[in-house]
Amino acid sequence: MVSSLVIDNVTKQFGGLIANNNISLTLARGEVLALLGENGAGKSTLMNILFGHYVADSGSISVFGESLTPGKPQEALARGVGMVHQHFTLADNLSVLDNVMLGAEKLARIASGRAAARERLATLSSQFGLTISPDALIRSLSVGEKQRVEILKALYRGARILILDEPTSVLTPQEASALFATLKRLVTDGLSIIFISHKLDEVLAISDRVAVLRQGKLVFEGATREATKASLANAMVGREVTRIQRDGGSSEKELRTELLQLNNVSADCPDSRMPLDQISLLVRAGEIVAIAGVSGNGQSLLADVLFGIVKPSAGTVGAASPRSTSSTKKQSVARIPEDRQHTGSVGDLTVWENAILPRVSDSRFSKWGWLKRTNARAHATALVKRFDVRLSSIEQPIRRLSGGNMQKLILGRELSEQPEVIVAAQPTWGLDVGAVAFVHQQLLDARARGAAVLMISEDLDEVFALADRIAVMSKGRLSDAVSSAHWTRESIGLAMAGEALAA
Amino acid sequence: MRLEPRTALSPLTTLGASLGAIAFTLVICALLILWANADVFAAYGAIFNGAFGSRFAITETLTRATPLIFTGLAAAVAFRAKLYNIGAEGQLYVGAIAAVAASIWMTNDAGELGLPLAIAFPLMIAAGALAGALLLLIPTLLKTQFKVDEVVTTLLLNFIALLFVSMLLDGPMKDPTAMGWPQSPTLLADLEFSKLVDRARLHTGLLLACAMSIILWIVLSFTRFGLSLRAVGANPRGAAFAGISVNGTMIKVALISGALAGLAGVGEVAGRTGYVTLDMSPGYGYSGIVIAMLAGLNPLGVALAAVFVGAAIVGADAMSRVVNVPTYIADVIVATALISVLVAGLLTQYKLRWR
Repeated sequence: MVSSLVIDNVTKQFGGLIANNNISLTLARGEVLALLGENGAGKSTLMNILFGHYVADSGSISVFGESLTPGKPQEALARGVGMVHQHFTLADNLSVLDNVMLGAEKLARIASGRAAARERLATLSSQFGLTISPDALIRSLSVGEKQRVEILKALYRGARILILDEPTSVLTPQEASALFATLKRLVTDGLSIIFISHKLDEVLAISDRVAVLRQGKLVFEGATREATKASLANAMVGREVTRIQRDGGSSEKELRTELLQLNNVSADCPDSRMPLDQISLLVRAGEIVAIAGVSGNGQSLLADVLFGIVKPSAGTVGAASPRSTSSTKKQSVARIPEDRQHTGSVGDLTVWENAILPRVSDSRFSKWGWLKRTNARAHATALVKRFDVRLSSIEQPIRRLSGGNMQKLILGRELSEQPEVIVAAQPTWGLDVGAVAFVHQQLLDARARGAAVLMISEDLDEVFALADRIAVMSKGRLSDAVSSAHWTRESIGLAMAGEALAA
Repeated sequence: MRLEPRTALSPLTTLGASLGAIAFTLVICALLILWANADVFAAYGAIFNGAFGSRFAITETLTRATPLIFTGLAAAVAFRAKLYNIGAEGQLYVGAIAAVAASIWMTNDAGELGLPLAIAFPLMIAAGALAGALLLLIPTLLKTQFKVDEVVTTLLLNFIALLFVSMLLDGPMKDPTAMGWPQSPTLLADLEFSKLVDRARLHTGLLLACAMSIILWIVLSFTRFGLSLRAVGANPRGAAFAGISVNGTMIKVALISGALAGLAGVGEVAGRTGYVTLDMSPGYGYSGIVIAMLAGLNPLGVALAAVFVGAAIVGADAMSRVVNVPTYIADVIVATALISVLVAGLLTQYKLRWR
């Protein structure tokens, strides 16, 4: 039998970095292959080569027995390779049908070919159980529905090989199961699927075979049923992974001090983010409260309100603390934003400049308007050492740091101030396993010394691993924060979909 | 053909890129000189001699460079904060006319300076700087308050400023002794910048310009404001997150940038012409943008780039008298140099791959 896809000895080098080192993979018809690896392991590079965005230094790729000309994305599409990106590539102001036709049909046929296209879309929808109204506007759809449109778009173009890049990162557990059901139907019909993920449970549930990349090399390839969660994790990281576990909760006495209060906070944003609807929450000393929820339900606006970037339209945010006076108030709140590249740091500034930026007015780092550059550099050097940030020099622009090292620096910048309140939005988003463990340990340490930690996260594993109490955000509203023992994956999934709030 | 980011930057690459840019510029312009049926080496020789070949040539080049340093700094500081001030030309003219207005205001009935020079001289300079700053403040407030694009407003304000100055020169500030020419009264002799060397037009405005580029460099590198400014320019969201007031910084930057462009006008009127006419600046405000880009928005580099552009203009002038090549070659040299430098800058960051 001819394999759907053969990747043969592909090597790609960027400067001194070997992103893909002699990788060979095959994908059979009707098979789900999971591609695992930490960030920077070479998954994206490999997929970009397959898709023609990059040209490999050596090696070749063939689809259904015919080799693919390097550097031609159109050819990959024409041969039946379709990709569903993590961040959707849909036009919000157009209908489902328009989005599916766009790019797939000649512009002249967008008007004349509608009836035929509509019929074809309907056939595909019913064939694979991807129900969606062809006339619905994209912006009115939920995230799960948008993903369905992306899959339909690929199928409409005749995709026989479907690449899904972290497809469940934006879904509720229920939506994820629906996606898995769809994928099963697709493979039954003879499609082949490459499933990129770093969630091991999903990989074990859905895939037939697993390939693990580490530092550009293929370190493991085999049938999924022979793999275990632990063996895959070890293959990804290249060493034993220790799981972070929190100890029991703080005693009621310690928990009495309320350090962060939100009272009926509402906020609107001119950009089209979900507005906040009367959010109330208390975080006390020595506990971690997690806000779970599917991306796009108001978390990012809530984070902006907590960070002081957006002013609430109603309600109050208070970070009160017995130790702090009004002048140190700002310093006693540590803020770890979701987007370390665009919010948490200024990429073109050096590492040391970024290390002092939020506290540049502090007498430690400036006086009479002059920077104390020696102090600032010494501070940055100390942070780099204490928080194990890997870099060649503190004079480098921070954008040259990897995501994990950047996050370590931001974390260090905030946590070294011994904050009483910590607000962390998606603190481990996009980090590799080692960095995730580091960040989690830091948050637990802060909790142990009595800080109040509010963590916004879309990663349920993280939420259950760290949180003492969990609140769920859905459609701009927040549920009560309840002890994490009271939640199950099912109940939290329903709450994320907004059902518990309605009931 | 595709671009791939370079992982490591060696100083050799940077140096090679700069030299390559210069060589490329010379080669391209050589082709044009050949096209004009002239001897390339004779033409380049004449340009160099005209710009640096004698004491007179050097002073002329530096005289040209003086307003260019000011407008180059005005563009560099604004662009660093991503405030695209295209209005330095208009700010230069209002700066010049404000300096003359200050001089008229300080003249007593006897036609002499009515105030002590130690007060009057700084006052005249401040008037010019303030006029430029206020002119840029208008579009900047429109940007910070209503998100009006400053490229459009600053560019169009140039025409308004120029027509306004034209109105003054034909009306309230017309020199009655100029035999009908639209020009302003002459600045009081006491207020003129002194000459730097004998028998040349070079004036102390050059020293002020150089001081400004050093001060600006110090401000950008060593002060809290400089760090805020660079943060706002590089990433406004990140700067706001760090507690820096983005709009406040923008407004301060606008005042500095407008003041520098205004100083270019003060320097021209007090150092060179003595009065304002409508052809006082052959586009110094726009050249400032080119100079700032050539210098990579570095204030110290601006001074060097301004000398380079000044030399190209003066040298090409001299060359056209010796060899039969039009003076437009100066514009071509400057424009080609800018493109080469920008491409060279790109190539230090990225590697070209064919295939």
